[in-house]
Amino acid sequence: MVARYVMSIDQGTTSTRCILFDHRGRLVSVAQREHRQYFPRPGWVEHDAVEIWRNLQRVVPEALSDVGMDARQIAAVGIANQRETTVLWDRRTGTPLGRAIVWQDTRTAELVDDLRNRPGDEFFLERCCLPPSTYFSAPRIRWLFDHVDGLEQRARDGEVLFGTMESWLIWNLTGGTDGGLHITDATNASRTMLIDMRTLAWDAELMEFFGVPRQMLPEIRPSAEDYGEARSLLPGVRITAALGDQQAALFGQTCFSPGAAKCTYGTGSFLLMNTGTDVVRSRHGLLTTVAYKIADQPAVYALEGPIAVTGSLVQWFRDRLGLINSAPEIETLARTVEDNGGCYIVPAFSGLFAPHWRSDARGVIVGLTSYITAGHLARAVLEATGWQTREVVDAMNADSALALTQLKVDGGMTSDNLLMQFLADVLDVPVVRPLVAETVSLGAAYAAGLAAGYWPDLEVLRHNWHRAAQWLPAMDPERREQEYDNWKRAVERSLGWIQSPRRS
Amino acid sequence: MVGPVQSIERAAAILRLLAAGPRRLALGEVASSLGLAKGTAHGILRTLQHVDFVEQDATTGKYQLGAALLHLGTSYLDVNELRSRSLNWADALAARSGEAVRLGTPLEGKVLIVHHVFRPDDTFQTLDVGALLPLHASSLGKVLLAFGAAPVEPLLTAELEAYTRHTLVLPEDLNRALGEIRELGWGAETQEMSMGDAGIAAPIRAHGGLVVGAIGVSGPMERICDTKGRPQPPLITLLREAARAISRDLGAARW
Repeated sequence: MVARYVMSIDQGTTSTRCILFDHRGRLVSVAQREHRQYFPRPGWVEHDAVEIWRNLQRVVPEALSDVGMDARQIAAVGIANQRETTVLWDRRTGTPLGRAIVWQDTRTAELVDDLRNRPGDEFFLERCCLPPSTYFSAPRIRWLFDHVDGLEQRARDGEVLFGTMESWLIWNLTGGTDGGLHITDATNASRTMLIDMRTLAWDAELMEFFGVPRQMLPEIRPSAEDYGEARSLLPGVRITAALGDQQAALFGQTCFSPGAAKCTYGTGSFLLMNTGTDVVRSRHGLLTTVAYKIADQPAVYALEGPIAVTGSLVQWFRDRLGLINSAPEIETLARTVEDNGGCYIVPAFSGLFAPHWRSDARGVIVGLTSYITAGHLARAVLEATGWQTREVVDAMNADSALALTQLKVDGGMTSDNLLMQFLADVLDVPVVRPLVAETVSLGAAYAAGLAAGYWPDLEVLRHNWHRAAQWLPAMDPERREQEYDNWKRAVERSLGWIQSPRRS
Repeated sequence: MVGPVQSIERAAAILRLLAAGPRRLALGEVASSLGLAKGTAHGILRTLQHVDFVEQDATTGKYQLGAALLHLGTSYLDVNELRSRSLNWADALAARSGEAVRLGTPLEGKVLIVHHVFRPDDTFQTLDVGALLPLHASSLGKVLLAFGAAPVEPLLTAELEAYTRHTLVLPEDLNRALGEIRELGWGAETQEMSMGDAGIAAPIRAHGGLVVGAIGVSGPMERICDTKGRPQPPLITLLREAARAISRDLGAARW
């Protein structure tokens, strides 16, 4: 039987999705299931890894039966996953040792503060190119060792396996306790703080520092390569790709050339720029990360600027302030006025991420006068996403020899025309939206299909990319500079609001 | 001749009761005031709440008239929400048909373009969002007229502008075309706006089947139509599938 489709599994923060794509990269079938979010304490976020594996067992057959297919017609399967979420499980029983600790979880904040003081950022930046942050996996493993009795010893004895979601799912798909593959890919490994960013191998000093034994770590493989056959759920289907979700979106947007960049606008937003095979160390507050590694070709790197609060500011405006009934209505409300009326909102709800990295910042609304209406506030909400993107783009341009010439966008907020126009206006480059909005899933499918020979090369994938919409800059340069200056002054006012308890 | 529908009479009575006083009413008060069983009153209130004609206070559980009643005459679906809910389906339609896709809603005697997906050939195109089209000379407009989303009466007495020699300018021609659209469930425009161009459109429905907008595919005559100038059946199928999928998402039953 001829393999007709490539399957993509997107194990995301809120749901697990299975999507089939055809040769032209068009979406054929979608099945999706949400999983429960556990918030056991303030700042803690957990997932049940078993529930996620069960959800995968449901969505895969669903996506196939929707179009009357069976596994034999699938050329290959690729996985994109929520990054940095940490699962530990028992090698012999396959049972997770507690719930997975999600990337948003900030329980390691104190540990991270200590690391930033001693040995200090430079120790880590030299090796894994990442500053200590609650974001990454290694501090979570350390935290678990420090808080779960006997866990560290069991890990040393080789009884415990560590993985992010792709490792957990591949291990289960390939047999689990009966010889399951314990692997990860270079993009996911690059978010652990445990690898040498240049050799892409586990770093002895970092493992030693965090006390993480080698025997619990998965083997690091390329992002696109034949890992092996699935034995459960999709028997006989080859698993040929795994990437972190934001890297998958970069791949799905076909940002294969140095300088190509995409930004995914969701709850938060993530701007990644391909920097080619060079490891570019940011001097302006960006993260260095692996973009992808195809088989035995040299790894391709990216600079990443994560922005914590973008879409979630609109949600806050809807749910907490109640000024709109649905998120898209923010555009309607914003269009009731001509401009922001002098009002700016800096949504530093839990500090500021890239490029500031200031955990002491908190949100501010500045420029309030009796003139300001709900419409002006709605403008300020949308503009906050535009200016935060501008700050990250400025940092990218400062770090990289390649200036951004256009921005490819995806994610839910791209349906907001006012925001997309504002983005083009403040970035002063064209903003383009691709025809397939599901870029994360598409990226995993592309990588998988490439490794399986379903698609011959990157050039063919580039030809599958089509522009669905484009916004061109139209703002007067003088006004742009003035508004940007106002934004920067607003950001200054958000800094230093939280005082460390040690100082008071 | 069918008699009055009892539940609608009762719903009207509940609305009149709630409109009579400034005070919110509890379920028991509504039921006893109208001599209805509590279960019956509750069912009707729930339905009225579902269509936003009635609101229930979150803490007391008491009922009052819904804000939607105050805006009965204006479009109840936000156009930006319509775009957001249509995004994936409009993209899929453009990908499969290979043509540009537009969504339109009525605005003051015109069609307002609320969403536009480029023809997926990467040629230079500019976004039409915010542009206005004439109702009588566009497939989007004719569909909105045919299904009552835009009033047809003003057009029947006015002088209709002829954009080409194919534009329908006579009221009887326009009326006949609208009748055909109602029968077929979709509408076409063949060189009625500009020579060489064609388009087809289908209605987008929300709760209760109410038409809130139209989605259309457009392009050069030779790609949209066959050699006899009739719209290509496979395109019509793709279009109607997309329109149905969006309508289902918006809560239209049986669509």
